[in-house]
Amino acid sequence: MTVFLGAKSSKAARPPTSTRAATMSLSSKQIEGIAHLARLELDAAEIPRYVDSLSSILGLVSELERVNTDGIAPMAHPLEGQVQRLRADVVSSPNLRDLLQANAPQVDAGLYVVPKVIE
Amino acid sequence: MSGEWETVIGLEIHAQLATKSKIFSGSATAYGAESNTQADLVDLGYPGVLPVLNAEVVRMAAKFGLAVGATINRRSVFARKNYFYPDLPKGYQISQYELPIVAGGHLDILLEDGSTKRIGITRAHLEEDAGKSQHEGVGVSTIDLNRAGTPLVEIVSEPDMRSAKEAVAYMKKIHTLVRYLGICDGNMQEGSFRCDANVSIRRRGAEKFGTRAELKNLNSFRYVEKAINLEVARQIDILEGGGKVVQETRLYDADKDETRSMRSKEEANDYRYFPDPDLLPVVIEDSFVEAVRASLPELPDDKALRFQQQHGLSPYDAGVLTASAEMAAFYESVVALVPSDPKLVANTVMGDFSASLNKDNLDIANSRVSAAQLGVLVSRIVDNTISGKIAKEVFEAMWAEGLEADAVIESRGLRQITDAGAIGAVIDAIMAANPKQLADYRSGKDKLFGFFVGQAMKATDGKANPALLNDLLKAKLAP
Amino acid sequence: MTAPTLAALSAGLKARQYSSVELTRAALARVERSQPQLNALVTVTAESALAAAAAADQRIAAGTAGPLTGVPMIHKDIFCTAGVRTTCGSRMLSNFVSPYDAHIVTLLADAGMVMVGKANMDEFAMGSSNETSYFGPVSNPWDTARVPGGSSGGSAAAVAARLAPLATASDTGGSIRQPAALCGVTGIKPTYGRVSRYGMIAFASSLDQAGVITVSAEDAAMTLQAMAGFDRRDSTSIDAPVPDYVAELQQPLAGLRIGILKEFFGEGLSAAIEGPVREALATWQRLGATVREVSLPSLPLSVPTYYVVAPAEASSNLARFDGVRFGHRCDKPRDLMDLYKRSRAEGFGAEVKRRIMTGTYVLSAGYYDAYYLKAQRVRSLISDDFRRAFTEVDLLLGPTTPTTAFGLGDKTSDPITMYLNDIYTIGANMAGLPAMSLPCGFADGLPVGVQLIGPHFAEGRLLAAAHAYQRETDWHLRAPPAFGADFAGEA
Repeated sequence: MTVFLGAKSSKAARPPTSTRAATMSLSSKQIEGIAHLARLELDAAEIPRYVDSLSSILGLVSELERVNTDGIAPMAHPLEGQVQRLRADVVSSPNLRDLLQANAPQVDAGLYVVPKVIE
Repeated sequence: MSGEWETVIGLEIHAQLATKSKIFSGSATAYGAESNTQADLVDLGYPGVLPVLNAEVVRMAAKFGLAVGATINRRSVFARKNYFYPDLPKGYQISQYELPIVAGGHLDILLEDGSTKRIGITRAHLEEDAGKSQHEGVGVSTIDLNRAGTPLVEIVSEPDMRSAKEAVAYMKKIHTLVRYLGICDGNMQEGSFRCDANVSIRRRGAEKFGTRAELKNLNSFRYVEKAINLEVARQIDILEGGGKVVQETRLYDADKDETRSMRSKEEANDYRYFPDPDLLPVVIEDSFVEAVRASLPELPDDKALRFQQQHGLSPYDAGVLTASAEMAAFYESVVALVPSDPKLVANTVMGDFSASLNKDNLDIANSRVSAAQLGVLVSRIVDNTISGKIAKEVFEAMWAEGLEADAVIESRGLRQITDAGAIGAVIDAIMAANPKQLADYRSGKDKLFGFFVGQAMKATDGKANPALLNDLLKAKLAP
Repeated sequence: MTAPTLAALSAGLKARQYSSVELTRAALARVERSQPQLNALVTVTAESALAAAAAADQRIAAGTAGPLTGVPMIHKDIFCTAGVRTTCGSRMLSNFVSPYDAHIVTLLADAGMVMVGKANMDEFAMGSSNETSYFGPVSNPWDTARVPGGSSGGSAAAVAARLAPLATASDTGGSIRQPAALCGVTGIKPTYGRVSRYGMIAFASSLDQAGVITVSAEDAAMTLQAMAGFDRRDSTSIDAPVPDYVAELQQPLAGLRIGILKEFFGEGLSAAIEGPVREALATWQRLGATVREVSLPSLPLSVPTYYVVAPAEASSNLARFDGVRFGHRCDKPRDLMDLYKRSRAEGFGAEVKRRIMTGTYVLSAGYYDAYYLKAQRVRSLISDDFRRAFTEVDLLLGPTTPTTAFGLGDKTSDPITMYLNDIYTIGANMAGLPAMSLPCGFADGLPVGVQLIGPHFAEGRLLAAAHAYQRETDWHLRAPPAFGADFAGEA
C-alpha cells in the first residue's frame, strides 16, 4: 500500500509534489475493490482509466496532508451553531403506494421484486 | 472439560420505539399494514427528499437513559452506515456512531442464587430500522418497506454476562424496563424487541477475551438461551479440537436448532460511517432532561424494593410481580382492597390468577377477573368466609363463568362452617365411627391426626374452618 | 431593444402589453428553435406551461398577480417536478417521473411562474462543462463550439440565449456562478440553508445550494424573494425571516468595503479575465466603495478539500440508485449483485462513477481520518479565513473563472484540468457563503464574470452591489448575436 497514512505521517519530510503524485497510485486490485464496495461493474478496459484518474485525484488531494490541523475541529456543516430541529410525532404521510411504485422496475402485489437474496 | 471455560456475553438489544410516526418521516409505524402502504418518499429514499427527526424519539431515548442511570449526551450526532441491501432504501442506515444520545448506564439482574449482578450498559443510540425481505418466491426476493424508518433504540451492553441464563435475565430486565417506560411495546413476535448476542469463551481466569461470534436477530428469550448455549458448545469444540474461533456473524436457525455462518453479510464489511450532512447535531437542554426525569414512572427495581419493604414480600415475589407494570398495578389494586395480607394477595396473583392468564393466553388488560373481583375473593379468605382451598374452586368459577366471588360462595353453599358446636358434632360422629384409629392415635400414632382432619373435611364438603377444626380435633382426640 | 429581463416582462404583463400565454408561446418557440444548436433543455413542458400561463392570465385579470406571475421560466433538471420527468442529466433517471415537487418548484409555481421545461445539466451536477450529461452537451450561445460551463450549463445557456428570463440552478462548487460567467449572465448562490434543498436531487449535501440564473441582479432579487425561506422538510434550512431583497437593491454603496482576494489574482488567472475584473473593481470604487487587498491563505486548499468532501457525500447520496425502487435497472440480472453492479454501471456516466469511487475510497476503513476528517478540519480553516476577512471587509471580490469558455471536448480527457475550473468558486461552498457572478466584459468575444462573495445571509448586500454595478454598465444586457432577438417583441 503506497497511499499516505494520514496526519501522523505528515510531519515527516515530504518529497516534492511532483513525485508524490506518482506515489499516490492505486493498484488495479484496489480499484476493483472500491468498485465492488460501490457496486459498480467495471469492464477490463475501464480499470486502467480509473487507476489513472483516481490516482491523480488523490495526488491533488494529497496537498491536504501538508496542512497543520492540530487542534482544529472538523467542520461537518457550513453553518455552525445550528442544531437539529424536531418534528412533532404526527402521522402525516398518506398511502401513496401506487404513485410511488410507478417508477419501480419490478413490483408484484405491492412488493418490490429483486433477484433472490442468498443468505 | 468445559468447566475450564468461561463464557463472555454482550448483548445488543434493538427496541422499536412506540411512536406514531417514523423517526425521519410522517409515515405510520403501525404493525401489520398492507405491504408498502406505510412507506413514503422519505422512507423509500426518493431522490431529493430529506430526513427530519421525530421529537418523541429523542424524549424516549432520554427516558431510557435516565432509567438506567446513564448520561444523556447534550450533543449527539447522526451518521450514515453505508451498505447495499434491498431492504435498505437509501443504501445507508441513519444511525448514531461516535456520539450516541445515551452513554454509560447499568442494570442489576437477579441471579438464581438470589444475589444481584450489575450489568454495564455501554451506550444506547437511535437509528432507523430497515424494511423486510422475504425469500419465499422462486428465484426472487420481495421487499416490504413498511418497517423502513421505524425508530429503534439500540442498547449495547458491556460484555458482562457469563452465561446464557444471565443474558436472558438481562434481556428480560430491559424488556420489562422499556415497557414500564412506555417506549416500546416489547412485542417479540412482531420484531419490536430483538437482540444480537456477542459470544466468546476464554479459559477461566484468563484476562483476555476470546474471539467472538455475533449471533443475529434473536427474537425470543428462549432462542437467546438456546443460541448462546449452542454457540458456546461450538466454540468449546473448536478450541478443544485445537482450532480457532473465527470472528463472524452467525444466524440462529430455530427450526434446525443450530447457528450457522452468514458469510454473505461478512464480505466487504466496510460501512464507511460519516456524519449525516442532512441532519444537524441533536442538542439537548438540561431543562429537557429534567422534564423527562420528572415524567419517569416508578421503575421496576424501585417498585420491587417498595413491595419488599412495605408488603414484606420476598425479593423473588417482588421481582415476579414487578416484571410488568400491568402486573404490578393489578397486584397493588388488589392489595388496596385487602391491605392486611399482601402476601396472600401476592400468592393469589402469582398463582391461580397468572396461571389462568397463561392458560388462556390473555394479558391483564383482558383478564376475565378484575382486580376488584379478585380483591373480594381474597377478602373472603381473610375474613374466614371460605378457606384457601375453597377459594381455588371459587376462583375457577369466577374465571370460567364470569361470576362474583360472593355469588359463587352463596349459590354453591361454600361458606365455611365456623360453628364450633356443628364441627364438634361432626368430630364426635367420626370418633364414634372409627374406634380403632382413635385408639391408635391415643396410643401415640400422631400421624393419624391427618386422617381425622380428612374425614372431617369430607363430612363437611371441605367447608369446616381449618383452624377451628384443628383446635377442636386436638381437644377432642386428646386422651 | 426591450430588455428581456424578468422586471421588464413583469411590467409588460402588468401593463397588458402581452399575455402570459403569448409570452409562454414565444418562449416555447425560442426553446424549440434553439434546441438543435444549444441542447439547453432535456424536457419541454409545453402543455402544462400553456395551462399555467392561462391560469396566470386569469390571476393578472383578477388583480391577484404577483411580480413573477405569468413569466416563463426553466427549472434545472435537478429539481423534482411532479408528473414531469426529472433526469438529473443521467441515464439512471432518464425515465424517472417525480411524484412530487421540490420546495422551490412549489414556491415559484405558487408565485404564478410558468415552467416551460427542464434544463440540461452535468450528470448529477458533477461537471464544469455540461459535457457529462447523458442528454449530450450544451453549447455556449456565444460560440456553439464552446462549453457553457457547468453543472448548470443548460440554465445559463438558456438565460443567455433569452429562452426565458430566468432558470433555477444549483451550486455545489460553482455550478451556478461558473456557467453564469461563461455565458455572460447573472447567477446567485445564496447562503447555505437560505433556500430549501427539499426536492433538489442531492450531490454533496453539505455544499449543495439552490439559486437562480437571471439576466440582472434585480431579477435575481425578485426571484430569490420567492425562493428563499424556511422549509421544515429540510433540517438544514434556516428559520430566519427573508429580507426584502428588492428593497435592499437600493442600499447605498458609499462606504462599502470590498476586499480583493489576493489568492485569486495569482498564477493561473488569464490576463483576459483579470482586465475586465479589475475594471469592474474600478467601477465599484467610482460608485463609492473602498477597496483593499485581503489574503485568505487557506483558500487555495478549497479544491483538494472539495475533492474529498464532495465525492464522499456523493458516494453515499447516490447509493439509493440501486435499480430496486426507481431508476435504471439492467436487463436480466443474474443475481442481486449483478443487478446492483450493472444497473449502476449502466445508469451512471464515467465522471459520476469516478466521484463515487473517489468518495467510497476516502471514507473506507483506514482512510477516513486521513482524508475525510482531515478535509473537514481544513474546511474549518477555510471557513475561519472567510470569517476573519469579513471582520475587515463587507464583500470579497475576484474572478469567477480562470479562463473564458473553453472548447467542447478540450478538457474531457483530464479530470484534474476540469476540476481546476472551479478553483475560485469552491471556497464559498466550503464556508456556506452567498456568492454571485455577474457579467463584466468580454475577452475575444466571450463573456467574463466577476465574483462577489458575502458573509452569511448578506444576499441583500451582494445584490445591491451587483445592481449598482449593472446600473452603470450594460454587460448583463448584451445577448449573444445569434440568440439575442427581442424576446418580448415576439410575444
